[in-house]
Amino acid sequence: MTEHLTALWHWYVTIATIVSLIACAIFLKMQTTRRLPKGEKAELHGNVWDEDLAELNNPLPNWWRWLFYITLIFSALYLLFFPGLGAFGGKLGWSSTGQYQAEVKQAEAEFGPLFAKFEKTDVPTLAKDAQATAMGQRLFLNYCAQCHGSDAAGGKGFPNLKDKDWLYGGDPAAILATLNNGRAGVMPAMIDAVGGEEGVKEVVSYVRSLSGLKHDAALAAKGQAKFAICAACHGQDGKGMRALGAPNLTDNIWLYGSPEETIAESIRHGRNNNMPAQLERLGPAKLHLLTAYVWGLGGGEPPIATEPAAPTVPAEAPPAAAAPATASAAPTKK
Amino acid sequence: MQATASLNHPAASTSVSDTYNYKIVRQFAVMTVVWGIVGMLVGVIIAAQLIWPDLTMGIPFLSYGRLRPLHTNAVIFAFGGSALFATSYYVVQRTCQTRLLSDGLAALTFWGWQVIIVLAAITLPLGFTSGKEYAELEWPIDILIAVVWVAYAIVFFGTIMKRRTQHIYVANWFYGAFIITVAVLHIVNSAAMPAEVLKSYSAYSGVQDAMIQWWYGHNAVGFFLTAGFLGIMYYFVPKQAERPVYSYRLSVVHFWALIFTYMWAGPHHLHYTALPDWAQSLGMIFSLVLLAPSWGGMINGIMTLSGAWHKLRDDPILKFLIVSLSFYGMSTFEGPMMSIKTVNSLAHYTDWVVGHVHSGALGWVAFISIGAMYYLIPRVFGLRQMYSVPLISLHFWIATLGVVLYIASMWIAGVMQGLMWRAVNTDGTLTYTFAESVKASYPYWTIRLIGGVMFFSGMLIMAYNVFKTVSAGKAYDAPIPQDLPAGSTPMPAFAKAASPAQGD
Repeated sequence: MTEHLTALWHWYVTIATIVSLIACAIFLKMQTTRRLPKGEKAELHGNVWDEDLAELNNPLPNWWRWLFYITLIFSALYLLFFPGLGAFGGKLGWSSTGQYQAEVKQAEAEFGPLFAKFEKTDVPTLAKDAQATAMGQRLFLNYCAQCHGSDAAGGKGFPNLKDKDWLYGGDPAAILATLNNGRAGVMPAMIDAVGGEEGVKEVVSYVRSLSGLKHDAALAAKGQAKFAICAACHGQDGKGMRALGAPNLTDNIWLYGSPEETIAESIRHGRNNNMPAQLERLGPAKLHLLTAYVWGLGGGEPPIATEPAAPTVPAEAPPAAAAPATASAAPTKK
Repeated sequence: MQATASLNHPAASTSVSDTYNYKIVRQFAVMTVVWGIVGMLVGVIIAAQLIWPDLTMGIPFLSYGRLRPLHTNAVIFAFGGSALFATSYYVVQRTCQTRLLSDGLAALTFWGWQVIIVLAAITLPLGFTSGKEYAELEWPIDILIAVVWVAYAIVFFGTIMKRRTQHIYVANWFYGAFIITVAVLHIVNSAAMPAEVLKSYSAYSGVQDAMIQWWYGHNAVGFFLTAGFLGIMYYFVPKQAERPVYSYRLSVVHFWALIFTYMWAGPHHLHYTALPDWAQSLGMIFSLVLLAPSWGGMINGIMTLSGAWHKLRDDPILKFLIVSLSFYGMSTFEGPMMSIKTVNSLAHYTDWVVGHVHSGALGWVAFISIGAMYYLIPRVFGLRQMYSVPLISLHFWIATLGVVLYIASMWIAGVMQGLMWRAVNTDGTLTYTFAESVKASYPYWTIRLIGGVMFFSGMLIMAYNVFKTVSAGKAYDAPIPQDLPAGSTPMPAFAKAASPAQGD
């Protein structure tokens, strides 16, 4: 943008540019010589190097000179109409920011009504609407699939959105809140808290026992005692806590994986998961459609009566109350 | 196979000052071939990684992100750099009719440059990088580059100063511009605050950093990969064609116009970014102005052949040199077109850019270097020609086909990607996801790999040919003609008819 230029730099850029273009033209003019009449051969320029290296002195090819002039003339005209000469913005008033804003405005005028049409419809109804679902899927594939996969089944560290297991809640308001503001799921490194490597091993066994996986019962028993400190987030029963996004550890659904070493890694070093906020980027209308798409993938939970389903409410983190103890609230893990 | 015949050198007095320093030329010429093979092999590997992402089994130092800068550094600075050193040392001596200013400093540039290349080959795969494209090497290596470059400048310009010819031959103008400008570009762009032995932070920040990087980046193309190689062109094309250069006047005009205009063109790498609009526009218009000066070099090279077109039929070295000029003309037309904002909005970030770069790098830079090496290598090993001329022909055809496959596939892939990324549905959502454009690119990446493998195979053929040539010859330092220099040397045969010395 032009506002970064002080008057001094404005004139510096302007003069340097104009002088340069004119100097090119003058130089070209100065070097233009008599054209050779048909049949006349160019003369040698005189010097000879390295036994036989010499130069003829043919005049500049005419078409080439004109090519040069035309690019100079085009440049001068361009600078008259478009920004280039320092702070002078050009006769057309074009700017890349202006072009962007105009394109966005046009797109909003063109596509806005289409999205607005769905904004008043509640999520469960939208999820049954073929057009809304198709649009939601296209949005999902472009903005969400990079992490969650094009089939929404997630990956290591990225939640599966098709199952009934939710880290922060699967009702429309919770999903929208996740989309609007993003989520930061942090598990601290617990190795010291559980008593070193031995403790890690024990807790791993206990955690695996919660999902009915193969484990060493003796180790698991010791691990159970140490689990108290984990319970602060994952709950006494290991079923997780949606307010914090702490995964349910009892449903054999894993965010990072169930192998002993993987669980040990989580306990040893902790985990830091981040879903970026989308509200500013995509706007409420698109996020409403995305909410309906994700909700309709198979795991959507019924809207919570007390909360209006209106999508424009940028809900804060889902209220703790939204995580009923009965829900299979666990993080999506694989 | 054609027999290689030794030259009958006059039993010249062998005092060092009576001969040209060909040792340095031999060293750099051989390393041109070696580094060409290494750099292009890495290129083939990363092209294959795009098709088979798990090719290198997740080994970190063989991952794409680390091998890619190794590839670019190896082909530009190791292969291209060695070709420039070899030819410039050869040309400046022969056209100034004097030995290099200093054999010691010249040797320093050879060994220094090799050390730099080896350090690059170690640090880049280990992940040490300043993150600036084509300037990735960390600060201790940057300092070494600056030292070697200053030594190079002293040897080159010192040799020019003590020339025994009256005028400075046009090839040396281009080599000189290349040496001076690369020094300035390298020092300014690499300015950084060291944090550790192999970690530093750029002296510039934000969009200024980006602008300086691309002022450097585009002039690395303009001076390292263009002006330097035009120096090669101006010596080896007239030599191999045995014809005078087409137009002295054209060489003057396009030289000054080229080096002046290139300096402005960098911002076209930053269209539609945070760079102010005025700077983007200036980058664009001067890229357009650059078209004619670039084509001036192509015209001067190709028209040098007028009256000798028949030589193209059976001289594969001349084929390399002239086809390189055709690719030069093509990519210097394509470049200005791609710098136009509306075209750029389609082309930027696609494989079209990769294709454009390679039509310049393979078609122009590598072809002219290869042609020059086939001319030069037998001569510095005391032979009249390479061990096998048919093998040069084979190299020419396999390399030409390789380049054509490479750039054609990248054009198609690039335009396809650009169109897919901007396609929207009737509801305004994007028609294709990024992954879909990746999937659609596979066939073209496969064709590109085939083209790259062909080009690489050509280099292997060259290596064999060079090996046989070097084995058959022996180190030879040509005597410096003691007769009066240029202005008064007898005119060559073709010049006899023309009237002499038209001053300018």
